[in-house]
Amino acid sequence: MPQIKAPQETAPAADNSGALTFRSSDEVAIRASDFSFWYGATQALKGISLQVPARQVTALIGPSGCGKSTFLRSINRMNDLIPGIRHEGDIELMGRSVYRSEQDVVRLRKRVGMVFQKSNPFPKSIYDNVAYGARVNGLAKRGSQLDDLVEDSLQRAALWDEVKDRLKRSALGLSGGQQQRLCIARALAVQPEVLLMDEPASALDPIATQRIEELIYELKNDYTIAIVTHNMQQAARVSDFTAFFYIGELVELGRTNELFTTPREERTEAYITGRFG
Amino acid sequence: MSATTAARTPREQRRRVTSGLMLALTGVAALLTVLPLLFIFFYLMQAGLGAINLAFLTKVPAPVGEAGGGMGNGIVGTLIMVGAAGLIGLPLAIGAGVYLAETGESKLANSIRFIADVMNGIPSIVVGIFVWAWVVVSMGHFSAVAGAIALAIMLLPMVTRTTEDIVRLVPAELREGALALGFTRWRTTLGVVLPAAASGIITGVMIALARIAGETAPLLFTALGNSFWETDLTEPMAALPLQIFQYAISPYDEWHRQAWAGSLILISLVLLVSLGARFLFRSPYRES
Repeated sequence: MPQIKAPQETAPAADNSGALTFRSSDEVAIRASDFSFWYGATQALKGISLQVPARQVTALIGPSGCGKSTFLRSINRMNDLIPGIRHEGDIELMGRSVYRSEQDVVRLRKRVGMVFQKSNPFPKSIYDNVAYGARVNGLAKRGSQLDDLVEDSLQRAALWDEVKDRLKRSALGLSGGQQQRLCIARALAVQPEVLLMDEPASALDPIATQRIEELIYELKNDYTIAIVTHNMQQAARVSDFTAFFYIGELVELGRTNELFTTPREERTEAYITGRFG
Repeated sequence: MSATTAARTPREQRRRVTSGLMLALTGVAALLTVLPLLFIFFYLMQAGLGAINLAFLTKVPAPVGEAGGGMGNGIVGTLIMVGAAGLIGLPLAIGAGVYLAETGESKLANSIRFIADVMNGIPSIVVGIFVWAWVVVSMGHFSAVAGAIALAIMLLPMVTRTTEDIVRLVPAELREGALALGFTRWRTTLGVVLPAAASGIITGVMIALARIAGETAPLLFTALGNSFWETDLTEPMAALPLQIFQYAISPYDEWHRQAWAGSLILISLVLLVSLGARFLFRSPYRES
């Protein structure tokens, strides 16, 4: 396996993500610097350097096995559970390393919510699904305070109207799309700053997908969102920035409208026009 | 379908017949496997049902030569000792099972898993002798608590391994969902994984309790048995399997009848618990 190192002789801004000029209003929420990652002997990420701007949607696209999900799961350190992993380089959240020794992963994950490919509501009531995380994290006690938080989270996830009459029923009775929005509500109830979404609509039908996409568009007013998707139309529709990953490397990061119309890299063009991947 | 049937070659025909034959053979094997249970049950009904009446269920054994009497003390003794064994063994076994499932392949976990499997294979009479040496001898006399400890030791490996298997079946996504919300591992296990696994664990527990309820050998040198009502855990206590054993090896016809009846009660208890475990608790994931 070729050991490809991102050029570091110059400033980190000199790599291909640095070619992107952020507006001064684009506050950086997540910054990866020469981040590499290994599962045992297999290198999954090679010197990734990129910036995810705050309160925008950044899509991570690329063919299967390109490392986009690994990168996403490195941000909230969900990969920590896997034995035999190791990393080099760093990822910062709001200017502070998530891998610094005194970083508490539990607190990190509270700040960085995550929505998974397969909706994974707890086998509890709809209400408890949303309330549980908030209660565990001490955000609200029982009673009206918690009721308000549950309602607010379900409202934000555009699910309230559909479930307000059956909050005490099992979440497993909801449709796939509703379950996924419930998982978003559950993540929002913990009041994160960043929302990571790992192919959140890949198991849903087109109508449920559209609802999730509309929701993402709404949520970016308040949250920084990074979304992994296999669906390039989806990336084009929902995101402000798009990062193209290929075999563990970041090939190109750009404003979505530019990346899809005038990609700088030949591999990006080949991928988005369907010539490989 | 009919078009291909017409064109079937001899070779295809042979393969079809072989396949059908093999399938039928495994079906016969399956039937023969469950046949003993049916035989046992019907034989017990025939031999024991006549001796079951209210007195049998509520009275203590009558002295030799006297008609009547029953195994009420044995039934209660079994329930007490199985309950006590559960109180001692279940928290340990469930905790150990959760530990094994959550830590995965660490060296310690692998050693514990291996030891639990070995424990599962220890003959129950050996467990009885072990508890006799450690508990009965140091207490100075036989006791129900010694019986309960012996049964608990039988329970430990069974429940540990079933708990581990069931907890492992909980979808990884569920665990990740909780961790991603900022739950600690302990909170994830307690609040999300265990409730999702609860129905399966309870089923495993009930089946294990049903199994130890029928154990005789671990009680022979521990609880000993008792012809009278005894609910004090520090005293020797009657148990249904012990009483069946004593009555079955006795020379009296009346006692033989009662041994059959006791066996019928015991197997009914076990069947009821197993069926209850099957019907009362279903995994929330199996329906979808």
